[in-house]
Amino acid sequence: MNEILEKKQLNPTVKLMVINSPLMAKKAKPGQFVIVRVDESGERIPLTIADYDADKGTVTIIFQEVGMSTKALGKLNVGDRLHDFVGPLGVPVEFSPDVKRVLAIGGGVGVAPLYPKVKMLHKNGVKIDSIIGGRSSEYVILEDEMRAVSDNLYITTDDGSKGHKGFVTDVLKELLANGNKYDEVIAIGPLVMMKMVCQITKEYNIPTMVSMNPIMVDGTGMCGGCRVSVGGEVKFACVDGPAFDGHKVDFDEAMRRQAMYKDMEKKALDEYEHRCKLGGILNG
Amino acid sequence: MSAKKVLMPEQQPDIRNKNFKEVALGYDEKMAIEEAERCIQCKNQPCVKGCPVHVKIPEFIKLIAQGDFEGAYQKIRETNSLPAICGRVCPQESQCESVCTRGKRGEPVAIGRLERFAADWHMKNSVDKVELPAKNGKKVAVIGSGPAGLTCAGDLAKLGYDVTIFEALHTPGGVLMYGIPEFRLPKVIVQKEIDSLKRMGVKIETNMVIGKILTIDDLFDMGYDAVFIGTGAGLPKFMGIPGENLNGVYSANEFLTRINLMKAYDFPNHPTPVKVGKKVVVVGGGNVAMDAARSAKRMGAEEVYIVYRRSEKEMPARLEEIQHAKEEGIVFKLLTNPVRIIGDENGYVKGIECVNMVLGEPDESGRRKPIPEKGSEHVMDVETVIIAIGQSPNPLITSTTEGLEKQSWGGIIVNEKTMETSRKGVYAGGDAVTGAATVILAMGAGKKAAVAIHEYLNNK
Repeated sequence: MNEILEKKQLNPTVKLMVINSPLMAKKAKPGQFVIVRVDESGERIPLTIADYDADKGTVTIIFQEVGMSTKALGKLNVGDRLHDFVGPLGVPVEFSPDVKRVLAIGGGVGVAPLYPKVKMLHKNGVKIDSIIGGRSSEYVILEDEMRAVSDNLYITTDDGSKGHKGFVTDVLKELLANGNKYDEVIAIGPLVMMKMVCQITKEYNIPTMVSMNPIMVDGTGMCGGCRVSVGGEVKFACVDGPAFDGHKVDFDEAMRRQAMYKDMEKKALDEYEHRCKLGGILNG
Repeated sequence: MSAKKVLMPEQQPDIRNKNFKEVALGYDEKMAIEEAERCIQCKNQPCVKGCPVHVKIPEFIKLIAQGDFEGAYQKIRETNSLPAICGRVCPQESQCESVCTRGKRGEPVAIGRLERFAADWHMKNSVDKVELPAKNGKKVAVIGSGPAGLTCAGDLAKLGYDVTIFEALHTPGGVLMYGIPEFRLPKVIVQKEIDSLKRMGVKIETNMVIGKILTIDDLFDMGYDAVFIGTGAGLPKFMGIPGENLNGVYSANEFLTRINLMKAYDFPNHPTPVKVGKKVVVVGGGNVAMDAARSAKRMGAEEVYIVYRRSEKEMPARLEEIQHAKEEGIVFKLLTNPVRIIGDENGYVKGIECVNMVLGEPDESGRRKPIPEKGSEHVMDVETVIIAIGQSPNPLITSTTEGLEKQSWGGIIVNEKTMETSRKGVYAGGDAVTGAATVILAMGAGKKAAVAIHEYLNNK
């Protein structure tokens, strides 16, 4: 259980791991997530379920190395075990059968949680246009996978090294301005990107689903650390979400809450890297 | 004979409020014998009836008086599988000790301290003899590893059942691990009690969120003959006032989980962060509020306030916890209620606006209803607000199990004699049924359910 069966580097900071977890693989659905603890004293971090295979008994996670815990996770190799692997958590996403044409937008590592939803829609015969973006060409992930489940795939990079130069929202504006009609937009990525997407789709009155990524501890509804304001109501993203109606989400509050421990996160990372360096000297 | 209990040594308040080590240090052998001799071994034994799990109190106390400490421990264990925990966290003043005959004149016998002594003595001096009961070939699943689940599992294992506990978190123990702080209940002691259950053959599967990875129906499909739900009341309540989502506002559950379970007091060795400002307000008057306030002080807060809307008399917290909190410098702002939390330009808490309250007529719960006093609004400058106004049962199980009836507030409905739910073969107990109550009541419910499960499976 919890053994890493496969490890792939998707871009300079994003890694994919296939984890042996037969029970979870049977229950996982698009939109759900896991909580991971790398080692015995580690913190609990939420990660998206990017794919799952009930027959093989595997669950795939994709994560960006941004801080101490994700860096420690990235150091593990095939054959290693995750100390704790909890899930599937959160509410699976559901789509009305009236949804026939969807625009899927993924920014950075947000393409990972986007993929299983698009894959499911595609399987159900929904027509999909996708926009995926990254800082530069090497940061665009899951291009082949997304292409396989999309009717049209648009790629954007901030520096123009691949696809359209600019942001995913530029392509979104263009598609809408050109008269493309969508029953629903799904947007997953940095909070600021999802906020911008929602501002645009609101003008066109297109229902827009976003997936929130707040700070979590337990992931089972017992602490409320992950609370987000949706339509003026307090929701716990871990049990009520993480997917919500983007037009109702208070993104400014979410951005503020996400930054709450920035200073301490940096300290933990510095300490960790310092220790790794010392370990390196001692071992070398 | 002394009218008073033998004093228990404690860490000094101004030292202990800077560390997470246990406050109460426990009796030594001499103190225990001296206190045990205060028990008059009365015939009618009201104390036993005052204990939710009916520990044979006069009998174990007599053994302590005779210096047979191991014998005393074994006597307690006949009915209580977690004595080191109960001796520490039970509200004895409203249970066994409240009806002690000695208490009619002077102080009652210190039953809790003696129970704790016997359990601690055993842990230090004896090795558990493992006498595995003959297996009866039947499997029971216990959901949740808090006091209710641990007790139910222990009692069923003694009867020969093959018991598996499913726990959602990475560490078993429930509130004993994530809620009650180290300085009241050292985690080593909880771990030892859990280890002794494991030696009896109880299996514990952590990281299993029942309702998500497996449902109750899945458990029956997997061959379990009965299920006990002991999932507690872990869903935090918020006040619904403006500013509750500002940075620096915690539920007590989040604050205590970060500190107790994730050991945020040892940051960055343990990388889970927690932010405690110089000035902290804890809202509420129960044990959870006391635990949060005392933890905040130990995290280095200079001023910690308990804000409670009624008076001290109505506080649900244990007397001892209120006293300990006061000794440690926690300031009580009674008859005070928050109306909004105020943030700075970056969205961090900078103050809390409160209003004074006056007590009106008693309400349906018998407590006098607090009424806001017009024009008494005032702002306290604080950087951290911890909300400890109660918890309700988590709906994860009830919402994924067909035919499991629940109260409007989420509690699982059971037959109070047998703890059986509306689903055949499914039993429930503890806070999942009653809403947030005490450790010992949860244990009592776990015990009752074990008896009923045994009867049900015998007749099946």
